[in-house]
Amino acid sequence: MSTFIAITISGLALGAVYFLVASGLSLIYGLMDVLNFAHGVFLTLGAYAGWAVAAHLPQQNGALFLVTAAAATAAGALVATVTELLLIRPLYGNPVGQILVTIGLDLALVGLLLGGFGANSRSIQVPGWLTGVTDAGPERIPNGDFVALGTGLAVLGALTWFLGRTRYGIIIRAGAENRDMVRALGVDVGRAFTLVFAVGGAAAGLAGLLNSVVFNSGLVDPMQGDQMLIFAFIVVVIGGLGSIFGAAIAAVLVSLVQEYVTFYAGGGSGLAQLGNISVVLVLAIVLLARPRGLLGRTA
Amino acid sequence: MTAAGTGVLDRLKQRPPAGPPTATRRRRVTAIAVVAVFAALPFAGLTVPWVLPGPVDVLNSTGTLDVLGLGFVFAAVALGYDVLFGFTGLLSFGQVLYFAFGAYGLDITLSAWNWPLLPAVLATLAAGLVLALALGATSLRGRGIAFAMVTLAFAQAGYYLIEDNPHNLTGGDTGLVMSTSRLPAMLVGVASTRNLYWLALAFLVVVYGVVWLATRSRAGAVWLAIRENERRAEVLGFRPLPFKLASFTVSSLIATAAGMVYLLLVGTAAPDSVASTTVTVSILVMVVLGGAGTRWGAVAGAMVYVYLQQYLLKVAAQPSFATWPAAFRVPLSQPDFLLGVIFVLFILFVPGGLSGLSGLSGLSGLSGLSAVKGLSAVNGLRRLRELARRIARTTTGRSRKGTR
Repeated sequence: MSTFIAITISGLALGAVYFLVASGLSLIYGLMDVLNFAHGVFLTLGAYAGWAVAAHLPQQNGALFLVTAAAATAAGALVATVTELLLIRPLYGNPVGQILVTIGLDLALVGLLLGGFGANSRSIQVPGWLTGVTDAGPERIPNGDFVALGTGLAVLGALTWFLGRTRYGIIIRAGAENRDMVRALGVDVGRAFTLVFAVGGAAAGLAGLLNSVVFNSGLVDPMQGDQMLIFAFIVVVIGGLGSIFGAAIAAVLVSLVQEYVTFYAGGGSGLAQLGNISVVLVLAIVLLARPRGLLGRTA
Repeated sequence: MTAAGTGVLDRLKQRPPAGPPTATRRRRVTAIAVVAVFAALPFAGLTVPWVLPGPVDVLNSTGTLDVLGLGFVFAAVALGYDVLFGFTGLLSFGQVLYFAFGAYGLDITLSAWNWPLLPAVLATLAAGLVLALALGATSLRGRGIAFAMVTLAFAQAGYYLIEDNPHNLTGGDTGLVMSTSRLPAMLVGVASTRNLYWLALAFLVVVYGVVWLATRSRAGAVWLAIRENERRAEVLGFRPLPFKLASFTVSSLIATAAGMVYLLLVGTAAPDSVASTTVTVSILVMVVLGGAGTRWGAVAGAMVYVYLQQYLLKVAAQPSFATWPAAFRVPLSQPDFLLGVIFVLFILFVPGGLSGLSGLSGLSGLSGLSAVKGLSAVNGLRRLRELARRIARTTTGRSRKGTR
């Protein structure tokens, strides 16, 4: 039973990271109909920014880890903003071209990272307590799990507030529903597009850092974002394209299925990847039963 | 469409919708000449400095022939993908699954089960057909991005399965080396490079013919109409799903067959080179570079892609390369970086791809992304409307007879 709790918490923590990635993808898709394949490399760049900043900090403690996290977030937001302005903006009205351009960007940036850093991983310096564990009865739960979970909940809360209460949030929601109408009302939707990219990139950068620190023993490598991206895509589609709450529910569903199957069935069957394969099955079942995903809007 | 061409008026009357007959004939002669030149290449022992992708600067060296053969295989895959993406407008991210199925299917039947070549090939094709129909029918329930994501997920599941090495069938991470014991002698040994090169070239020619026939058929007209306006095709009386499934199946079977030729050529099936999403991305890049919705564009895109990738690897492997300044060395050592940059530049500035640059294009007048976007709705919908009218005429004729 206690193992079950530990696995559940670790699954929820993974779900929180999925949510960070998927929420940005879902927001971008909901407003702009762009499926951003470069989101994975935003993630990786965030982790590398965290690595670079953490290496220059005089010491590691909780407050300075916030600096590392801020650097990762800012790097993700910056790259995403530049991407929107330089590559997405010239292709407004051409959604297939926008998808393709993000694929090209991902290819180029991952290539550049491989050229610059090689395929070997770099290790991010983090404060000691982050890699430690908390004793909870017979089970020991990694502190990183709690950090990821807390961050996921905080971002969910912040996004809900942003979309529900702020002027730009309302423009984004309205734009997702009917872009032309919002434009006709005299609102500059282009600025909302850039903003949505920046917010999504920020969440991705933070997710990249957390993914490295919590699930990858602090290691960063050029390919990590793309591996994460596939699961984020699955989360977005299961949750329903464009829905933040759908993404949150689907993130938890996907990560729990992955963790439970890997732990309880993966070892015995000799199939280490059974958890990943069952996630794909969940996607197929959800889409057969509900082609729009759990909370997807009707077209 | 051979025009007698007695007078200007006659020629105008006989002018086919795709272009003037002289252009068609010229294109056909060019195509035959290009194939003949490539077929004769293994006999050309010319020394060509600098540009060849192989380690030896001789035109018919093993290295060069291998790279060209690989180019032919990927050109066939790109052609198949073009049927789905360029001609039907369906963006799939799972094309690699069927390529991997061909490579691993043949590899397992030959090497693990020790089947003879012909049954192994036929069984792999038949199983590939069933797989394409089953997964196609499932994933086509989603539209647009949902379809793309489901195909991606299926392909990824296939990749995980291969990595997991169930029952020691796939060889896991390192891949599965093909056993040559059941292969005919001409495909093994010293002279095999040439024969495999010709095999790949012949395969590409056959695939080109199949794709030519398929895209010019009745179904091909419906594919174009679906690409341009699915709802309108539906209103004209065509249920899109069977046609989309047909496009998906043709495209996937070509990938499966290409996977088998790849295996014969390379001799190993490894997950990262035949089953990972990276391969799907490169197929997509080839088609878009060449110009989506054009047949020879897909071929040209694939050849350029494979050539650039191999050539850049050769440049980066030169001993003097390590002394280059980092600003050149880092990007040049990564073919993916340069190809990604070229790809982005093409999308932004050359949306018609290579075929758009040359002014030649396929069925659609306009080509490439603009075609996918639906700017060239004219041709496909016109053909479809004619088709619908013809069908309506025959059916109303029949029903009139029936009521009488």
